[in-house]
Amino acid sequence: MTLRVLAIDDSRTMRNLLGATLRDAGYEVDLAEDGEDGLRHLDSFDPDVVITDVNMPVLDGFGFIEAARARPCDRVVPILVLTTETAPEMKARARSVGATGWIAKPFDEEKLVWAIERVAATGGSA
Amino acid sequence: MTGANTEDFRASFFEECEELLEAMQDGFDQMAVDLHDSETMHAIFRAVHSIKGGAGAFGLDDLVAFAHHFETSLDTVRSGTIEADANLLELFRQCGDHLSDLVAASRQGDMLDPRASDALRTSLDTATGADPDADDDDMPEFEPIALNLDLGDVSPVDDPSDKGFEIAFKAEPDLFASGNEPLVLFQALERLGALKVTADVDQVAPLDTLDQESCAIGWTLHLVTDASEAAVRDAFEFVEGFCTLMVMPIGEPEAPISPLSADDIPSLGDVMNLQSPQHEAPKEAVQEPVPKPEPKTKADTPKMAGTIRVDLNKVDKLINLVGELVIKEAMLSQSIIEIDPPAGSNVAEGLDSLKQIASEIQEGVMAIRAQPVKPMFQRMSRIVREAAAATSKRVRFETVGEYTEVDKTVVERLVDPLTHMIRNAIDHGLEGPEDRAAKGKPEEGTVTLSAAHRSGRVLIDISDDGAGVNREKVRQLAIERGLISEEAELSPAEIDNLLFLPGFSSKEEVSELSGRGVGLDVARSEIMGLGGRVSISSTPGHGTCFSISLPLTLAVLEGMVIKVADQTLIVPISAIQETLQPKTIEIHTIGAEGRVLRNRQGLVPVIDLGQLFGFRPASADLDHRVILLVESDGGQRCALVVDEIQDQRQVVIKSLETNYGHVDGISAATILGDGRIALIVDPENIIADRGTPATSDLDLQLIG
Repeated sequence: MTLRVLAIDDSRTMRNLLGATLRDAGYEVDLAEDGEDGLRHLDSFDPDVVITDVNMPVLDGFGFIEAARARPCDRVVPILVLTTETAPEMKARARSVGATGWIAKPFDEEKLVWAIERVAATGGSA
Repeated sequence: MTGANTEDFRASFFEECEELLEAMQDGFDQMAVDLHDSETMHAIFRAVHSIKGGAGAFGLDDLVAFAHHFETSLDTVRSGTIEADANLLELFRQCGDHLSDLVAASRQGDMLDPRASDALRTSLDTATGADPDADDDDMPEFEPIALNLDLGDVSPVDDPSDKGFEIAFKAEPDLFASGNEPLVLFQALERLGALKVTADVDQVAPLDTLDQESCAIGWTLHLVTDASEAAVRDAFEFVEGFCTLMVMPIGEPEAPISPLSADDIPSLGDVMNLQSPQHEAPKEAVQEPVPKPEPKTKADTPKMAGTIRVDLNKVDKLINLVGELVIKEAMLSQSIIEIDPPAGSNVAEGLDSLKQIASEIQEGVMAIRAQPVKPMFQRMSRIVREAAAATSKRVRFETVGEYTEVDKTVVERLVDPLTHMIRNAIDHGLEGPEDRAAKGKPEEGTVTLSAAHRSGRVLIDISDDGAGVNREKVRQLAIERGLISEEAELSPAEIDNLLFLPGFSSKEEVSELSGRGVGLDVARSEIMGLGGRVSISSTPGHGTCFSISLPLTLAVLEGMVIKVADQTLIVPISAIQETLQPKTIEIHTIGAEGRVLRNRQGLVPVIDLGQLFGFRPASADLDHRVILLVESDGGQRCALVVDEIQDQRQVVIKSLETNYGHVDGISAATILGDGRIALIVDPENIIADRGTPATSDLDLQLIG
């Protein structure tokens, strides 16, 4: 089954790039514009992995993860934080709210896929 | 991603940059009102941050470097480390300007002088004490990893001569709460080489005493790979701290493992499920060191309705086609009138609805090209800052009506003339702070840029509260330059208008700012090239105002079709105040040829269009003719004598300048329904040539 990835970023450019890269990698992709939009898409799209930006209007990445983690659901969806800030404090903070991992911007396809593979059950190779 | 795709993404990135820069400028404007509004600060930060993010994706290093530095400084204010003040805001604005320059340079593939960036960076560091190098420049998280994707070609697992690692791994409860999953991790690890997993379930408690949140299973992983230890550890990056992990090259002393047959591996997933049926761990476990999330507020910028990007050429093509449609519709309607179908027939009705639909399509297509003048106004705010700095004057910039929409082309081509007039207002219009103080004015001068729609045109005013035009000096200069004779008696308005004459500069020494080889005459001709007009009004001691009047679109005009001496002409409806029958009104003769019309508001000069354009001599008898009372944007009026009014309709403007040249009194041409060409009259131009001064003179004569 194709892996479903939800990418949340307020920058249109970044959404375009993420969308194209993820689709090229063979995933099914859904895009959201901010944390709140992301929560809505989380319900409607039911992704296998979420990739979220940190700095966003309305609801930022940390807020999104907290809200997503607070939801009752039958499993914990892996959430990767996409960020230009890779300082240890940032990682600690991302982790403390429940992020699964992080991806540094700018990303390339290989890194992105590698990060996704480490957190999402691709179901194929095992 | 294909090359063409990348180009598209690049283009959309720069388009987004425009929006982000606009949002940033809005933020600065907002900060000028409230320096400590944290939402504004967040919005500015996000704008710069997004530009940096996108620039990184396209490898625009200069842009990334500066945006990063800028962002870090903004963050010191955002996080409350330091407080913003007016000076810092000014510095931020300069950085914002520079960021715009960098974006523009990157877009064109140019390089900017790095010294500009360096100087601003130094200023930022001094002002905010931020050291961006402290928290960043560490992007080593995802060093490219040599992945062994060729899983089919790995050697047998048990070959002792293989290179590889023996890994002991045990998960902590938090690992699951973070959305990580050992099974998935092991699957990913498999990409590095041949993997053999052994589970140690000795510690697993019986079901009835099982603690759901702990994971008592440990795993021993035997990985045969060429990858480095760093690469292997990298695979565990996300779970670091959530597990106990030991990585040892094969052959070194092994960690104690309780062996279990490999047959158990497929059941790993089941074991996992058994161990923690509730994957979402209790919140307390997750939340201990959680910093307070940023306040969640509603979107601070108005969200745009869904938009699509369209190639401008496509829109242009559509506009041209709509123009053709309008012409064809006119032709069709003319042919049908000639056939003279009975009223209420299908043909007549069909034509009516066709007309309506065509006009709606036209309106819709025009609206596509319309865009608010706001981005242009924002660019002007930068011009104001730079001009103020260059002249050491203090200037407040105010804008009014920035959401007024104008055709994109008009907006673009207006940038240069506006820039010139704003520089002019600051350089020549405003006095220096001491002068102003001496006159009892606030030391800070004000330049106001406003836009508004008025009767199918857009009016843009650039006004200042400076000293006004020094008419004595202007007159003197004009005489010196041989533009007027010494005896010439000019009204104040006429003197002001001398400023638009080619080669005129009201300043004796060419200043740094205005000495760019262009005068107001150039700005004026650019505006006229757009089918616009510019006028000046000035009150000594209180300031000067330049008023620009422009067509909303360059393509279509609502016009009255008239006939003069068998020639068909179009007069723009927007200029026409009323139409009159000479029989019923009072016309006075002045001198040999002059005639004026008296109506409610006074005396208005009468101009015979037939005579003006040389179609025929002036008609002595006006009884069988019609008079169009037209008004200029400046409020001056005149009465145009025509032979007959035929119709009122939308006409497609075809530029006369582009195809032929400028003709006084004519603004453009159009194609009529029968295929003939008709000229479009420019009432403004006619009034300017024959208008106000004459009226005031006549007024005097009549009264005296």
